[in-house]
Amino acid sequence: MTTAKLKPHFSRKLLAIPYALFLAIFVVVPLFIVLYYAFTDDNNVFTWDYLILFFTDGGSLAQFFSSPIFQTISLSLFISLMSTIVCLLIAYPVAYIIANCKLKNKSTLLLMFIVPMWVNFVLRINALKEFFVWIGTYNKSDAWNIINTIIGMVYDFLPFMILPIYTTIIKIDKSYLEAAKDLGATAPKAFLKVTLPLSKSGIISGISMVFLPSMTNYVVSNYLTYRNVKIFGKLIDDYFSGDLWHDGSFVALVLLLFMFLVTWLTGGFEADEQSETRGTSLW
Amino acid sequence: MVKLKSILKWAFICLILAFIYFPIIFLTINSFKASDYIQDPWTGFDLAHYEYFFNWENEPLQVVAQTLGLALIVATLSTILGTVGSIGIFYSKKRTNGLLSAVNRIPVINADVVTAISFALLISFLGIDKSTYLPLIFGQMLLCTPFVVLSVIPKLKQMDNHLYEAALDLGATPTKALFTVIIPQILPGILAGFLLSITLSLDDYVIAAYTKPDSFATISTHIYGLDKNNILGAKIKAAYWAFTAIIFFIIVLIVIISNVIAYKKAGKKR
Repeated sequence: MTTAKLKPHFSRKLLAIPYALFLAIFVVVPLFIVLYYAFTDDNNVFTWDYLILFFTDGGSLAQFFSSPIFQTISLSLFISLMSTIVCLLIAYPVAYIIANCKLKNKSTLLLMFIVPMWVNFVLRINALKEFFVWIGTYNKSDAWNIINTIIGMVYDFLPFMILPIYTTIIKIDKSYLEAAKDLGATAPKAFLKVTLPLSKSGIISGISMVFLPSMTNYVVSNYLTYRNVKIFGKLIDDYFSGDLWHDGSFVALVLLLFMFLVTWLTGGFEADEQSETRGTSLW
Repeated sequence: MVKLKSILKWAFICLILAFIYFPIIFLTINSFKASDYIQDPWTGFDLAHYEYFFNWENEPLQVVAQTLGLALIVATLSTILGTVGSIGIFYSKKRTNGLLSAVNRIPVINADVVTAISFALLISFLGIDKSTYLPLIFGQMLLCTPFVVLSVIPKLKQMDNHLYEAALDLGATPTKALFTVIIPQILPGILAGFLLSITLSLDDYVIAAYTKPDSFATISTHIYGLDKNNILGAKIKAAYWAFTAIIFFIIVLIVIISNVIAYKKAGKKR
């Protein structure tokens, strides 16, 4: 180390500068612009109007619960919650079975669940839509629209739930399970006391990778329901398509805060796993 | 009892695989029929959709080509920026490192639609013309580069740091040491970041929708914006069935090849 320090050479730290500038200009500054638009009016004067409008729908605070915004948010939360639960109920057994099967090529089996992701997602959602048209549930009723949206979200995000759970289960030291059995635990009990707690981090990162996107991926909900189901992401898109930048920015800010809250609660700021499962482990 | 459990297990796996693959297979079958409408009955094997798709005069093939071109440009730029950035972040002081890693995480966590609108606000604030393609390219880089950084940093952490110092001691210039010592060691991470960037760019709808020039379309925005009620729209949509089928065949091929390779490797070990 000392010899290297004595030599005059360029500092590798400096390589961070271009990317730091990129992040500052394209990530940090835009967030402040959103903040600015959320709290100013068309004359660039500070205002609480958009906050008040969001929570009162132009009337009193009590009207919030009957406002279209509240309906959109609650429907969106419901869809998101159901998609996450269904994904988890499918993904956990799948990941568990693959991780514990006796096949030599476990990774090929896993790959079969992942590769559909390589088809452009609008193409995939289009395939699902055509299928719904064919069986006759496409835009049949409000209930079917919601069900179809949930199926679409599960279809789109399932791999993101399977991967992190699989990675944590495969890492579990088998000797823990043997120890549990030696100590007299039945197989279900050993699962509940050993495997499940040890795969908790995978479940949490899977949940955060399904829950948030299914609140905002409005391509899925629009495409599968003839634009009859409106979710949180679509709310923002509608405001901006209608040139209501101030209203849209405030809603975007609410969503942003909600996402930071969820990410903080699920420990997404510390864990590298979440992004690694989406990325590197695929290749 | 054990046997029943095993049957149930594999039945479950097959059921889920069927759910995942059925819509794509369904579309593949329909891509070989004459009609442009999914409800129409099968009237015999027909390659009309494939002919329409592979005709350069028609929109779908052009759109596919320009989407691929965009993905390659975006992925290359993101990979260079992200790799250089990762090396810089890795060697900076702990505080700078922590700050940059945290900001790097924002676009990863953030909803695409929020990233897109905040970026679009910046573009209009700076007054950059969308027809320069710069907003589209920078917008998609914003989506991809954080993932490049996330795939390169772990490789830097695994790297043997003494080799770089040794290279310097043996007289290599820092630039030479960077290219001959550091880059080869983190190459798998760089490649993973590049491939991931390509898939992210190909998959993107929201950012492209907010930043692309009006005359330009990617596969996602093209399909999404199709007017299925007119005859041309229906024809283009049906041509994309053919395209979906082609990608599906390629994927099946990749799975089979990777399987054969894995099988051969396993055979050699024995």
